[in-house]
Amino acid sequence: MGNSKVATATQSLQNYEQSFGGFEKSAASRELSWLRKLRQDGFARFSETGFPTLRDEDWRFTNVSAISQTPFRLVRNGHSLPSREDIEPFRIPDVGCRLVFVDGRFAPNLSSTGKLAPGVTVGNLGGAIARNPGAIELHLGRYLNLQRDAFGALNTAFLEDGGYVHIAKGVVAEEPISLLFISTAHDSPTVSHPRNLIVAEENSQATIVEDYVSLGGGEALCNTVTELVAGDHSVVSHYMIEREHSRAFNVSTLRIQQGRTADVASHSVLIGGALVRNNVHPVLAGEGGECLINGLFIGTGRQHLDNYMLVEHASPHCSSRQFYNGILDGHAHGVFHGRIIVHKDAQKTDAKQTNRNLLISDSAQIDTKPQLEIYADDVKCTHGATIGQIDENSLFYLRSRGIDEASARTLLLVAFASECVERMKEGPVRTHVEKLVSEHALRLADHSLGAGGKR
Amino acid sequence: MSLLEIKNLKVRVEDREILKGINLTLNAGEVHSIMGPNGSGKSTLAQVLARRENYEITGGEVLFNGKDLLAMKPEEAACEGLFLAFQYPVEIPGISNAYFLRSALNAIRKYRGQEEMDAMDFLPKLREKLKLLEMDDKLLNRSVNEAFSGGEKKRNEILQMAVLEPKLAILDETDSGLDIDALRIVAQGVNAMRSPERTILVVTHYQRLLNYIVPDRVHVLVDGRIVRSGGPELALQLEEGGYADINSASRGASPA
Repeated sequence: MGNSKVATATQSLQNYEQSFGGFEKSAASRELSWLRKLRQDGFARFSETGFPTLRDEDWRFTNVSAISQTPFRLVRNGHSLPSREDIEPFRIPDVGCRLVFVDGRFAPNLSSTGKLAPGVTVGNLGGAIARNPGAIELHLGRYLNLQRDAFGALNTAFLEDGGYVHIAKGVVAEEPISLLFISTAHDSPTVSHPRNLIVAEENSQATIVEDYVSLGGGEALCNTVTELVAGDHSVVSHYMIEREHSRAFNVSTLRIQQGRTADVASHSVLIGGALVRNNVHPVLAGEGGECLINGLFIGTGRQHLDNYMLVEHASPHCSSRQFYNGILDGHAHGVFHGRIIVHKDAQKTDAKQTNRNLLISDSAQIDTKPQLEIYADDVKCTHGATIGQIDENSLFYLRSRGIDEASARTLLLVAFASECVERMKEGPVRTHVEKLVSEHALRLADHSLGAGGKR
Repeated sequence: MSLLEIKNLKVRVEDREILKGINLTLNAGEVHSIMGPNGSGKSTLAQVLARRENYEITGGEVLFNGKDLLAMKPEEAACEGLFLAFQYPVEIPGISNAYFLRSALNAIRKYRGQEEMDAMDFLPKLREKLKLLEMDDKLLNRSVNEAFSGGEKKRNEILQMAVLEPKLAILDETDSGLDIDALRIVAQGVNAMRSPERTILVVTHYQRLLNYIVPDRVHVLVDGRIVRSGGPELALQLEEGGYADINSASRGASPA
């Protein structure tokens, strides 16, 4: 059995080698030597490590063999695009600026930036590299640590397109900027590696939404990396919404680089996907930075939702707040791994981490793991995790007022989720998330009642 | 026809028999009080009537408005017009008090075939009831009972009662933990709701609340049985002599 596993791994690696060989020959902007090197370094690192296994401490609770053993095909040119009507249901109401990517490739005909304020640049990364390689080279690949993560390395190897957002110094982008990633159905399993670069210069402000959805029921892997550079005194809100179908694999890494007194919020909402790994990795590099890492994951069926937080305090007087709430039903498996590293010079660090989980079926599972590594001596770090069920007293209280059991359960689930939703700034994105969450909670409550109400 | 008829009700929790054959009839418009020492089964009775599911009913029946109450779910009992003011109101973070109240009212209206109320129509009605209970508007936007003081929680129960306008309100130790001012306000709220169509059952350990909400009948519950029934003077008698007195005096005598 061991041998066959090795054979499969070798086979899988050979597939990727072949795929990379073909990709390199036709990749956009392959004439840029720095870009070629970036891709090659990415692939070299991936070849060295291969996909992570359960023996890897960072992947203890998440088995990726379903990903490593599936022969995914990279989607390049020549496939048909969905129509505007097809993607209309994914629109976020009142968000005018939306770039659409289909299987990782920019779809200009489906995209619209609306009216952008002067100093706000929104476009696809491929185009930005072609037009202004110098500005991109300054940031692209500079923050993601290839050593750490095979998926990040793989993404870098196949880096070609994704969203590019640049907010000039002192500019406030009032409207949220949405990046919609659509996986479409194909005859065989497909993979895409969207790569996003978001640069908010000094004193600027922006809200960016990454929204992952699928059309049709094909098996697909979306392996994303976003590098977010928050300049000194900038204020950036980032949203990641995963609502793909139940055969989708989604691995995403958000690497945030924060300057002096930069204020960044990362909000993750995971309700879709079969196997989802959500990496959020802020580095508080400048003094006085603040970071909010807020997340909600709701799993049913056999969904596996893994949240890996790595918060690095590298400068003094920074504060970070992690709040993740999980709701798990059916046989769903949730993971919260909250790692905080306080570097030697990061005195007066104030880091807090809370993970709360609600298990609404007997077969649902959560693994929650805090991990603090503190190398400074004057810091405040706290962490806490809870795992519970729907409170029977609350349920009875609501029912005793005339509210039927399904509605009462829905209310309680929404209430639990609302702790996370309320940390989002009021506006169209939050309203959209609220709607998604309550629709989802309703389905969950109905379903758990149908299964006999549990307990 | 009587509103609530309890006939020989017997209830167990795990291996213990808590109620050992309760008989009680309440007519429309009456105010009754059940008094008894701790552990006599008062709260169990209140919870069973509100249809909490953790109790095993081993005998007897309860008719509410002529219908089999023990066959109802908690929400059905509520929609039929039964209300329990909880001894320990539950905190529900994440649901605003106003939203909760409107959801409850609309659930009941829907059950009765009435149109649901929107926020615009509901708020003025709610404000009026708030005033009656001298409650701050701010409590409406806060999560249900979360970080409310003991007095605010109890007033919030009566506020819910005032909004839902039940046919039968059961007040389970609503007086416990209240200072005299809060007690007066709560009683004032309850008294404002007394009407020929509404029956109120006050469950309490102490006679204090009954100075403000004067009952038509008082029943003494000891060890799962009603051992004595009488007029409001019975409450005063209890206050002076205590339950031990009643208990020994009534031993051997059949309950009224």
